[in-house]
Amino acid sequence: MKKNLKNKIALIVAVLLIFVYGIFGLPSGFSGKALMDSLTKRIHLGLDLRGGVHLILQVVVSEAVNAETDNSVARIQQDLQTAKLTYSQVYKPDPARPDVIKVEGTDPTKSSAVRSALDAKYSNEYDVSGGSDTAFTVTMKPNIVKALNDKTVQQAIETIRDRVDTLGVSEPVIQQYGLGDNQILVELPGISDLDRVKALIQDTSRLEIHEVVGGPYPDDQAALASVGGVLPGDQQIVHGSGVMAAGSGADSAFVLKRVSVVAGSDFRSADPGTNQNTGQRIVRFTLTNEAGDKFWAYTSANVGRSMAVVLGGRVREVANIKSAIRDTGEIEGSFSQEEVEALSKMLRTGALPASLNYLEDRTVGASLGADSIKQGVTAAIVGILLVMVFMLIYYRGSGVNADLALILNLVILLGFMGFSGATLTLPGIAGVILTIGMGVDSNVLIFERIREEMRAGKVASAAVDQGFAHAWGTILDTHVTTIVSAAILFLFGSGPVKGFAVTLTFGLLANLFTAVFVSRVIFDAHVNKLKSGEAVSI
Amino acid sequence: MPEPGKFRRQEGREPVEFFRNVNVDWLGKKWYFLGFSLIFSTAGLISMAMHWNKIGSPVPLGVDFRGGTQVQVQFQNAPNTNQIRQATEAAGIKDASIRSYGSSGTNEMLISLPEQQDESSLDAGRARIVDALQAHYNNPFTVRNVQVVGPTVGKQLEKQATLATLYSLLGMLIYLWFRFQLIYGVAAVVACFHDTLITVGFFALTNQEISLTVIAAILTLVGYSMNDTIVVFDRIRENLRLSRREPLPDLVNRSINQTLSRTVLTSGLTFLTVLSLYVYGGPVLRGFSFALVVGILIGTYSSIAIAAPMLVAYQEWRAKSGKTVVLPAAKRSKV
Repeated sequence: MKKNLKNKIALIVAVLLIFVYGIFGLPSGFSGKALMDSLTKRIHLGLDLRGGVHLILQVVVSEAVNAETDNSVARIQQDLQTAKLTYSQVYKPDPARPDVIKVEGTDPTKSSAVRSALDAKYSNEYDVSGGSDTAFTVTMKPNIVKALNDKTVQQAIETIRDRVDTLGVSEPVIQQYGLGDNQILVELPGISDLDRVKALIQDTSRLEIHEVVGGPYPDDQAALASVGGVLPGDQQIVHGSGVMAAGSGADSAFVLKRVSVVAGSDFRSADPGTNQNTGQRIVRFTLTNEAGDKFWAYTSANVGRSMAVVLGGRVREVANIKSAIRDTGEIEGSFSQEEVEALSKMLRTGALPASLNYLEDRTVGASLGADSIKQGVTAAIVGILLVMVFMLIYYRGSGVNADLALILNLVILLGFMGFSGATLTLPGIAGVILTIGMGVDSNVLIFERIREEMRAGKVASAAVDQGFAHAWGTILDTHVTTIVSAAILFLFGSGPVKGFAVTLTFGLLANLFTAVFVSRVIFDAHVNKLKSGEAVSI
Repeated sequence: MPEPGKFRRQEGREPVEFFRNVNVDWLGKKWYFLGFSLIFSTAGLISMAMHWNKIGSPVPLGVDFRGGTQVQVQFQNAPNTNQIRQATEAAGIKDASIRSYGSSGTNEMLISLPEQQDESSLDAGRARIVDALQAHYNNPFTVRNVQVVGPTVGKQLEKQATLATLYSLLGMLIYLWFRFQLIYGVAAVVACFHDTLITVGFFALTNQEISLTVIAAILTLVGYSMNDTIVVFDRIRENLRLSRREPLPDLVNRSINQTLSRTVLTSGLTFLTVLSLYVYGGPVLRGFSFALVVGILIGTYSSIAIAAPMLVAYQEWRAKSGKTVVLPAAKRSKV
């Protein structure tokens, strides 16, 4: 019996040491400050305690679909022309349905030829259907749309991650969120300037280069007049930004081809530099190889024409194609140093494949986080003290037993948190407090039973035996039901609520060990020391 | 055999022990209990109806469910609600809700805007509030906390809360069915429902918001109340096994008296910790801790006052309709 007891005590001490390690790691020293540092390194604090930004963004995937089908429109037109099949227009009739393309005005006698031309190249991704002899509808297949949506979201995540990296945030969280709704979760601890984050993340600097049909015109009407009053389907009017080298204002309008020659994802790198001749600040860029080929083909065929650099939906720069460009180029404009660097950074980290909407945004200031920690810890300490003092008064010697078990419970709980890397939130601190209350309940159950047994006349050791045996069933019951509750909260809750579920679960699991095993060992050690006939101090 | 009622003392000092020889006729008082519960339930329901009339939901909802923009601002000098409203209106912001937050010394205010339907401009509200305060109200401030919840996320959170609640209740019911017989399960679930109703009623009565963390608290206390009820039921079952001829009301009374010490102590200790949370835990957790404070009290009360009488009432009802039913003592009984 005694040897068994020694083994059990050794086990308890080992557990204690392991979990203390979980809390502090290997501390560099034993002063208060060194311990605090080790502690804060091991235990992750949630945003509500650390302060930071929490965003839920939705990727507007229809933009990506639009871009893709725009490309297809251009290719269809080319294919039909090459096959010498006439048509009046190829366009997307419904802005709300970017996946639908219509081919109209085809020669009714050649309809089967048109059909086979379309089928040949597009049947992988599109469904071709003939509305009538002179019109065809080309619709992107739903599974292709879905694949494109998913790819867009993944790309957005990569790009956001790249951009956020430049902020130097430790432990950012950027991941897909929710079920199939194209949502992204971004959590940046320690950042309090939300505007800066948003400017960085959300700027859909879709840099694109478009062929210039005409411009600059002083306003929209003049631009429209230049194309005879009606804008053809493959062209669009884009305004200038206020900072163009040519001195045109923000109202000036250009008529550009709708489909871009190269776009954001074609850029491989971009750096600030200076023009050797003019000394002006420029952004020097390089394109990917495939884009380089495209660009070469385009510029060779269009020497002498103009192309517009469109950034964020506005014309930034119009350049004359002086000679064919393969994959290195420069963007000039009256940039300030910051603008040049910001532009380069944006091009370097790639463009967002689509714009982002904010669905939710929570920012906790660092001061509020610090206050929350202080309040939570105060409440915890007061709660623990109240419970410990009560147990001492009500159960005397056994109260010491319960208090020791309580302290070990807390050590194990915090150790669990340290080992698992789980995040401690403010409701998580509340969970610790609740665990203390519910944990000590187990002790009460056992002690009350022991008192009953002793009142019925049993010897100390028998009373302790019976006390534990009878209470075990109820203790297990209550713990299991609460843990199941916590599990459901974990599955369905948001970040802070998850933190509550985690500490509650860890605490109750730890309690199963401390209230039953550890308490029992302490009782056994105490009973061994009692003289025969003496009662347990309870 | 030593005298019952005394056990050998170690140091000549009586141990502290409440409830040593309790013998209260709990079931006899069941009409008082019913009345008490009815008063609070009705008060709660009336308050909820009034809220529904005024704001379209039975309880004030936190920004998680209500959607919209909520900015928590701390001012350097004591803030004046009217002046703040003038400032926001001067900037063209209509229907801003302005109220104070936290304890009075901290000069904190909550400024909220209703839900925006247009998600692409979701964040504009926060910027507008900050600009309005800077431009039109002469009181330096810092923004401590911002929450902006769009309609999409608002709906998702509602769905999450509902699913969590349904699964919890379902889990409880299944567990009780497995552990006890059906009537015990029904009695326990009725008690839990009663607890939730009164707790939510208290929120309506004290005009406090229900947020996601409050829902988490309510689910936790449902579990806790269930535990408490199980403690009493376990003892009833054990006594049923041992004494088949005792009339049920007496047996139930005895069971409650036997477990009273334990029930009150465990609830009391948990209550102490939760009270500490309510008093010291700060305004962010206030709703959460309030739900727990009320819930633990009501949960303990309901095990004695609602669940146990229901068992007896069921038996009496079955007995009247001609079937002599002994409450099943069931498979295990290890308490």
